[in-house]
Amino acid sequence: MNEHLENLKEIRSLMERSSKFLSLSGLSGISAGVCALLGAWYAYAKLHVDGSSLLSIPEVRQEIVPKLVLEAIVVLGFALFFGVFFTVRKTRKQGLSVWNKTSKLLLLNLMIPLCAGGLFCLGMLYHGFFWLCFPATLVFYGVALVSASKYTLHDLFYLGIAEIALGLIALFLAKYNLICWSIGFGVLHIVYGSVMYFKYDRQESDIPN
Amino acid sequence: MQILQNFNKAFESKARLGIMSVLMVNEVVSFIVLKDLLSMTDGNLATHLRALEEANYITFKKEFIGRKPSTVYSVTVDGKKAFEDHLNELEKFIKGS
Repeated sequence: MNEHLENLKEIRSLMERSSKFLSLSGLSGISAGVCALLGAWYAYAKLHVDGSSLLSIPEVRQEIVPKLVLEAIVVLGFALFFGVFFTVRKTRKQGLSVWNKTSKLLLLNLMIPLCAGGLFCLGMLYHGFFWLCFPATLVFYGVALVSASKYTLHDLFYLGIAEIALGLIALFLAKYNLICWSIGFGVLHIVYGSVMYFKYDRQESDIPN
Repeated sequence: MQILQNFNKAFESKARLGIMSVLMVNEVVSFIVLKDLLSMTDGNLATHLRALEEANYITFKKEFIGRKPSTVYSVTVDGKKAFEDHLNELEKFIKGS
């Protein structure tokens, strides 16, 4: 009797664990974080963006916004490229193709809030609410992670919550915009990625290919 | 204990129950992932997989991921039915006792 109950419990946990996309690489997180930090540094040092000037001086805004948008696209491009690269590498190591049922589910649940957020930010840019894009990208990204966390490692849930919290802080303490954004997309990604890397990836990479 | 006779012998071991439950919820699962999920050795896992395959409950396919060969397993219609029956029996047994 007990043995059968044990078996049932095991079946349950196996079904749950195996229907998730577990190949998300910690290195993906780290590389995305590094890209974001470089981007934030560039914005701060080269374009002289800081939270308060964006809030108060319209002329500065006019001049800087197109550059910043371009920069954001470049950063996003690099972050995505490295993120996908490391995860594809990990799936291959596990003898799986990346494009499977679990990865599709993960991507779908990630992309819905993310696309909504992206369009939302474009709308705000269009109407001139530029600084609101910093908190908005953080909050939408956090929501996307929370929604995707059901289909991958549960740890992603906590990263999502942290991003949402930072986004809200950036909204109310508007002058800390860029700082919050750098912490959210840079530091948190690096911390999360490293934790995941040491928790899940490292043992596997010891196996010779 | 008459009900125990309805238990499917092919699913007697915990390992086979594990393999079947993973395959039930995934279209295809590679050998490496199965090994990882069930924490079994290569030889042990291969033996159980062969037994299930001989019972016609699972099939396998060799594919190439990049340049590396990989064996992926999936459950057959028979396998699905047999496993569901087995789970029903388990449920009955637990409720009845």
